[in-house]
Amino acid sequence: MKIPQDLKYTRDHEWVKIEGNLVKVGITDFAQHELGDIVFVELPELEEEFSEGDAFAVLESVKAAADVYAPLAGVVVEINEELEDDPSLVNSDPYGNGWLAVFELAEDEEISGLMDAAEYQQFAAEEE
Amino acid sequence: MKPLVPLIFERSVPGRVGYSLPDCDVPEQDISQLLPVDQIRQTAPALPEVSEGDVIRHYLNLSLLNHSVDNGFYPLGSCTMKYNPKINENVSRLPGFARLHPLAPEKCAQGALQLVYELEQYLAEITGMDAVTLQPVAGAHGEYTGLKLIVAYHKARGDFKRKTILVPDSAHGTNPASAAMAGMNIVQVKSDAKGCVSLEDLRAKADDTVAALMLTNPNTLGLFDVNIAEIAEIVHQAGGLLYYDGANANAILGKVRPGDTGFDVVHLNLHKTFSTPHGGGGPGSGPVGVKAKLIPCLPVPRVVKKENEFSLDYDCPESIGKVHSFYGNFAVNVRAYAYIRMLGGQGLKLASEDAVLNANYLQARLKGAYHLEYDRLCMHEFVISAKHQKVKGVHTLDIAKRLLDFGVHPPTIYFPLIVDEAMMIEPTETEGKETLDYFIDAMLQIAKEAEETPEKVTNAPHTTPISRLDEVAAARNPILRWL
Amino acid sequence: MNNQYLPNTPEQRRQMLEAIGAETVEELFRYIPEKLHLNRPLNLPHPLAEASLVAHMEELAGKNNVGAVNFLGGGIYDHFSPIAIDHVLTRSEFYTAYTPYQPEVSQGTLQAIFEYQSMICQLTGADAANASLYDGATAVAEAAILAINATRNRKLLVAGSMHPWYRRVLATYMENLDVEIVEVPCVGGRLDIEAIKFLLGKDVAALMVQSPNFFGIIEDLPALGKLMAPEKGLFVVSADPISLGLLEAPAHMGADVIIGEGQGLGLSQSFGGPLLGFMGVTEKLTRKMPGRVVGQTTDTNGRRGYVLTLQTREQHIRREKATSNICSNQALCALAASVYMSLMGPEGLREVARQSLLKAAFAREQLAAIPGVGLPFAGPFFKEFVVTLPKPANVVIEAMLGKGYHAGIDLGRFFPELRDHLLVAVTEKRSKDEILGCSAALREVLAK
Repeated sequence: MKIPQDLKYTRDHEWVKIEGNLVKVGITDFAQHELGDIVFVELPELEEEFSEGDAFAVLESVKAAADVYAPLAGVVVEINEELEDDPSLVNSDPYGNGWLAVFELAEDEEISGLMDAAEYQQFAAEEE
Repeated sequence: MKPLVPLIFERSVPGRVGYSLPDCDVPEQDISQLLPVDQIRQTAPALPEVSEGDVIRHYLNLSLLNHSVDNGFYPLGSCTMKYNPKINENVSRLPGFARLHPLAPEKCAQGALQLVYELEQYLAEITGMDAVTLQPVAGAHGEYTGLKLIVAYHKARGDFKRKTILVPDSAHGTNPASAAMAGMNIVQVKSDAKGCVSLEDLRAKADDTVAALMLTNPNTLGLFDVNIAEIAEIVHQAGGLLYYDGANANAILGKVRPGDTGFDVVHLNLHKTFSTPHGGGGPGSGPVGVKAKLIPCLPVPRVVKKENEFSLDYDCPESIGKVHSFYGNFAVNVRAYAYIRMLGGQGLKLASEDAVLNANYLQARLKGAYHLEYDRLCMHEFVISAKHQKVKGVHTLDIAKRLLDFGVHPPTIYFPLIVDEAMMIEPTETEGKETLDYFIDAMLQIAKEAEETPEKVTNAPHTTPISRLDEVAAARNPILRWL
Repeated sequence: MNNQYLPNTPEQRRQMLEAIGAETVEELFRYIPEKLHLNRPLNLPHPLAEASLVAHMEELAGKNNVGAVNFLGGGIYDHFSPIAIDHVLTRSEFYTAYTPYQPEVSQGTLQAIFEYQSMICQLTGADAANASLYDGATAVAEAAILAINATRNRKLLVAGSMHPWYRRVLATYMENLDVEIVEVPCVGGRLDIEAIKFLLGKDVAALMVQSPNFFGIIEDLPALGKLMAPEKGLFVVSADPISLGLLEAPAHMGADVIIGEGQGLGLSQSFGGPLLGFMGVTEKLTRKMPGRVVGQTTDTNGRRGYVLTLQTREQHIRREKATSNICSNQALCALAASVYMSLMGPEGLREVARQSLLKAAFAREQLAAIPGVGLPFAGPFFKEFVVTLPKPANVVIEAMLGKGYHAGIDLGRFFPELRDHLLVAVTEKRSKDEILGCSAALREVLAK
């Protein structure tokens, strides 16, 4: 199971990459493995606003649909349109081309409660 | 590789026809004089151009690719795939029924209205309810109608805070989906260690926002909830109603009536319990029965009887309104009526007894080779698990596919969700012991194969017209039509 | 009485009880608390042997009058149903199977549904169709839910010319969901386009119309489609599938969702059920469509096959977040419609539509020539039209029945102010003689 060192992780098995007030979000290798072959990704619309914990995307396999929750409050400024044509990118490259969306942080938003790679490794191992 | 049967479109030969119509005997007119010119069709729909013989051969060849009750054993849990009596098919096609227009004057429809009226009475007697509507056309439609009735009932009492529908974690997925369609919030109630509703959890959740608890009894594990009286009391004390999901009613005919055990609203699936055919997914019929206090809310029209005259009554101010274009799936209801008249009360009871006997026999013979999560007498169905086989890499899906090689339709699989690797088995009463023994032998052989030659199971099926299909590809790049 | 559906003999029952370790069948029911047992026989009529049951059912069916010449419509029509259809429907491999959960042994049902979906797309111009819904009325409700989910708006503009019972079903479904239904008024039996312009806005989820409408009149779909094109709201059209043999596919006139009642496609009238709700949508709405959908794929050997697909929209996976609670379809009715469309082909369907149109036009002319009979609406119609009578319609209907005609439907049943309006439907099955006979009878009835 791949867990890149330079990312932060949530308890919902998402990764976030923070660059200034922009945050890129995707799901982890663990999560994509659990879900199986992703057949469809329902992405949010640009400029849609979310509070922390809101479902902002849905990942569908043949027999399941999983909500993806906003790790923080913010506005969607970019979505991965490539997933519309090729949802399997979430399986094959979850940390790279399989990213889901970029959020712009709400002004007074503070990021807390995220795990680093080591913490997530332990967390995921316990879930298995 | 050649397709099993070409598409009907692929048989099409331009200019070929499969119909005959009389010559038009009224004066010819140019259609552009009659129709809006900008709406006259420019391109004909590309329907097949085939002869009657082509059509019959095509569909006959397609039919041969199906497993059905008339081909072989179909122990699909919670679906009650019992034998569909042939007389039902004949009587539903009697011209007096088949050619009756729903808006013909009531005096032209007295036979149909009498049948509807009487079937409502029979179903009320069977379920212990005070009135029944035959308008819902499917189980899910019945659930939806029942929930609308419950919402209307609370509102009529001036109680507007009841927005919650409680459903057990073992419930069918339609329960929460129907509740959502009725504008309600769903709260799940846990099962206890015996597979029944956790009274503790129910007490914690039964507050004054609860509109109803939806319950399947026997539940989806095939177990009769022994605490039903307490459950009813808890829900009623909180001011809520009790909804009976009749998916499993085949276990209880003439033995116990939902109306006598505290239920206020029930739906039945005539295509399960009352022998009307499943039709490859429909049409069914999902009548709803209610206690007296909910009668004013029933959908319109109601069939009423005055001095041996039957009529349709639309004057029901508290009614939830209409749920169907006309009066429900009448021709399906004709079949269920015929079934009840053929069996009578004793016959229905015997049917349930044999259904329960058959299920317990299978459970008793299979529980050594397969894991049985809740080991007690079951009702008309039971749930085993492939937990033992999973260790060898053989999953429930594999066992299901291997069963196809024995000419048996697999049980319902991966349901209920609360049992790992679940297989839900419902033999019904219309299967004889030899058929059950054949199934047992097949299941035991598969269990053995899972031990000794697991790949034989994981690569199954080996003898079906087509092998396992790529469902991922189908969902990723949906091809939903020809051309 | 024997029970011919129960195969187990007393000896087999005994053997099974022994294997279970029980003495009696009653023991198996011991988890039902004693006090809840029904300790009396069900109070149902005495069982009938097969021969007696047939006689009883024939007697019941005989109490219905289906002999009169049928000019009834209002959503159910007396179109011809080719004999071959019932021969396919009575193949028990189709009718005694269930939802095709195991595709390896359900290719018959799956391919038949795939073909049905394809035919509905051909008729309506839709990009995708589902495996069918309960009926034309619930199809309207399902389309409304689709539109609300797709646009996230909660206001529906619904044609006042849509079948009043379809609108009642829609009202039932929308009640409690915080949805506003605005009825679009009609002028002369046809939608008032100026009123729609006024009602349209950013907050509209859908404009829902029926064409030909309840009064038989063809709505100006091209104009409505143009109005809706720049809007976020969806254009939902409920169509008569038979009319599509002659009329343009609604999708080509801007419809986003095309629904309707498919009974005319070879299904019997059967007192209004079972019916066939069809639904087709544009590409971008495919994953929001309710109901079962069949898709094409391949098996492990590369052979073409069919499966239920896009299942994550459905209740067994999405539970309360599903696009609908529907978990079945009217499979056998869809099969009947497929066989019908295959037999008729493009030419046959066109001829059925053309004859219905010409015969309706002829009948309208004949009836309008009778003193006292009026034509309230001038708009173009397909196979159904309204006439006004100098007497209450129900009185006329009763008198016409005495002469062997189901002359039409009393619109007073739906609109109290239209008690003297009669809705007359004419299909390809009606002959010139029947039409002339009907008009002669009406002339007599009105002369009295």
